[in-house]
Amino acid sequence: MKITIASGKGGTGKTTLSTNLAALWAEKRHITLLDLDVEEPNSGLFLKGTPINREILEKFIPEWHADKCRLCGLCQEVCEFNAIMKLGTEIMVFPELCHSCHACSGLCPTGSLPMVAREMGELYHYRMDNLDVVEGRLAVGEEQAVPAIKKVKEYQKREIPDADLILMDSPPGTSCPVIETVKDADFVILITEPTPFGLHDLKLAVETVRGLDKEMAVVINRHGIGDDGVENYCSDEGLQIPARIPQDLNIAKTYSAGKLIYPVHPGMKEELSHLIVFLESL
Amino acid sequence: MKEIVVLSGKGGTGKTSLTASFALLAGSSAVVADCDVDASDMHLLMGPVVKQKELFYSGKEAVIDQEACISCSRCLEVCRFDAVLSDGTHFEIEPVSCEGCGYCARVCPADAISMKPSLAGELYISEVRSGAHMVHARLGIGAENSGKLVARVKNEAKTLATRDSKALVLVDGSPGIGCPVVSSLSGADYIVIVTEPTISGWHDLKRLRELLGKFRLPSGCVINKADLNDEYADKIRKYLEEEKMDMLGTLPYDENFTAAMVQGKTILEEPFSESETAENVRGIWQKIQAAVGWSKE
Ligand code: SF4
Ligand code: SF4
Ligand code: SF4
Ligand code: SF4
Repeated sequence: MKITIASGKGGTGKTTLSTNLAALWAEKRHITLLDLDVEEPNSGLFLKGTPINREILEKFIPEWHADKCRLCGLCQEVCEFNAIMKLGTEIMVFPELCHSCHACSGLCPTGSLPMVAREMGELYHYRMDNLDVVEGRLAVGEEQAVPAIKKVKEYQKREIPDADLILMDSPPGTSCPVIETVKDADFVILITEPTPFGLHDLKLAVETVRGLDKEMAVVINRHGIGDDGVENYCSDEGLQIPARIPQDLNIAKTYSAGKLIYPVHPGMKEELSHLIVFLESL
Repeated sequence: MKEIVVLSGKGGTGKTSLTASFALLAGSSAVVADCDVDASDMHLLMGPVVKQKELFYSGKEAVIDQEACISCSRCLEVCRFDAVLSDGTHFEIEPVSCEGCGYCARVCPADAISMKPSLAGELYISEVRSGAHMVHARLGIGAENSGKLVARVKNEAKTLATRDSKALVLVDGSPGIGCPVVSSLSGADYIVIVTEPTISGWHDLKRLRELLGKFRLPSGCVINKADLNDEYADKIRKYLEEEKMDMLGTLPYDENFTAAMVQGKTILEEPFSESETAENVRGIWQKIQAAVGWSKE
């Protein structure tokens, strides 16, 4: 089973939930956690394990070979992303903008644009007993999160093929990188705060998940602050809330130091246990 | 015209609440732009009255004309995004996966594929409580190119500022370090980073700084929830010194931010306006004004 943990906006406790849930669940069975928040992967700050593997994430971009090029300009014309341009008597490639679609390369009449690998980030795989964590990390300035997310998922299929319970930590928001992490999930957990901001972003996230025809449930973080907006919305929409993580300054402090919460917070452990029972009954 | 962009690395650091407070302090001398289009929450605090609204198209998506298709499979062969679905005779594009690169349309021998513009979101120009104009947007579900929508929001705000001779553009920037944030940075005069003293806040700050270094932009930092963790608060202070970034001030961990939000207000308004937090926010705004060489008066 694949479960994606997502949130409409950042900073609602997504990493807290995914790392604590993975660690607690792994006390019972094998868990694989994929940190697909590749712009800001933070799982490794809270889960420290034995390094298993490190790989360079590559994407393919065209490389211009001047000798046969007729400067016909077709490459510039076909590129929808302004990633290749004819400037005077030279063809320039802008790697950060390239979506690796191969159109310029495949259509160039003289074969002057072979696709070559370029580093776009790194992948780390580490392990704690029953928990495998794979984290993708995009290089600073690199603009395409989706290819990096795909690579991490491919890595899991190749290196941890018998993983039967996979948790995916999604990037915040509702844009294409989020879709990439939700589209092959069996179930989605949306985490939110019970505030007007949280509610506004939750609604967008719910629409996104519904648009992809996925089942979901909501976890409330910092339960006790804010207002009833999120609870009312969930009951109107028929969304279950299998866990409510209490608002507690001590939880915030434990988090700030980069530590797992449930080992020192019985309340947190109890809520996570409810969530595990809920997910196992799906 | 000066442009100030407020960023946070990760979300949840209070960036939007703080930017809304700055917007109130700047009043009608600023144009406000909400470039956090993924989680555009600022309007919830600003009481916008929408004056103008338009659809925003960005990027394209392929569509196959079933009448014209001769089932040759070329589109399937060239597509790098697994967006062409086929059982061997019927060919169809799956819009969620289509990247809009147009490769299939160029190789289709039957001219059966057309590229149609895809709806990326909606753009709004509103009047807000502070007397200013605010440009904001809503990204369509699963829409691509939020970087382009961000650029559009910013440009619209600048155009308004020029038209109305406003001296300041105040931007609630995008989170992360990817495409949208790069778009929200271009043309900025000063960057305000809102961070918190947590292990992840600390790592995100360093990554953000690395990105800002590429743009050589002057920047300063606000430490929110500063009393949460002394060790990381100190680390951040030292780091700011080493990197020659301005220390703009600190704010205590204060649930009034949330209490104010529930009322659709900023921390500067009643009944919170006399709190220590509110006082600090005003002090931070003074420092930002000094750093960019602009003042309301
Ligand atoms: S399409 Fe090929 S031949 Fe034409 S300008 Fe580009 S690289 Fe040169
Ligand atoms: S591979 Fe595609 S995106 Fe990259 S430069 Fe060529 S046409 Fe543009
Ligand atoms: S436009 Fe590009 S991504 Fe979309 S179906 Fe055609 S080849 Fe695939
Ligand atoms: S390339 Fe054109 S004709 Fe061939 S299968 Fe695709 S849509 Fe049909």
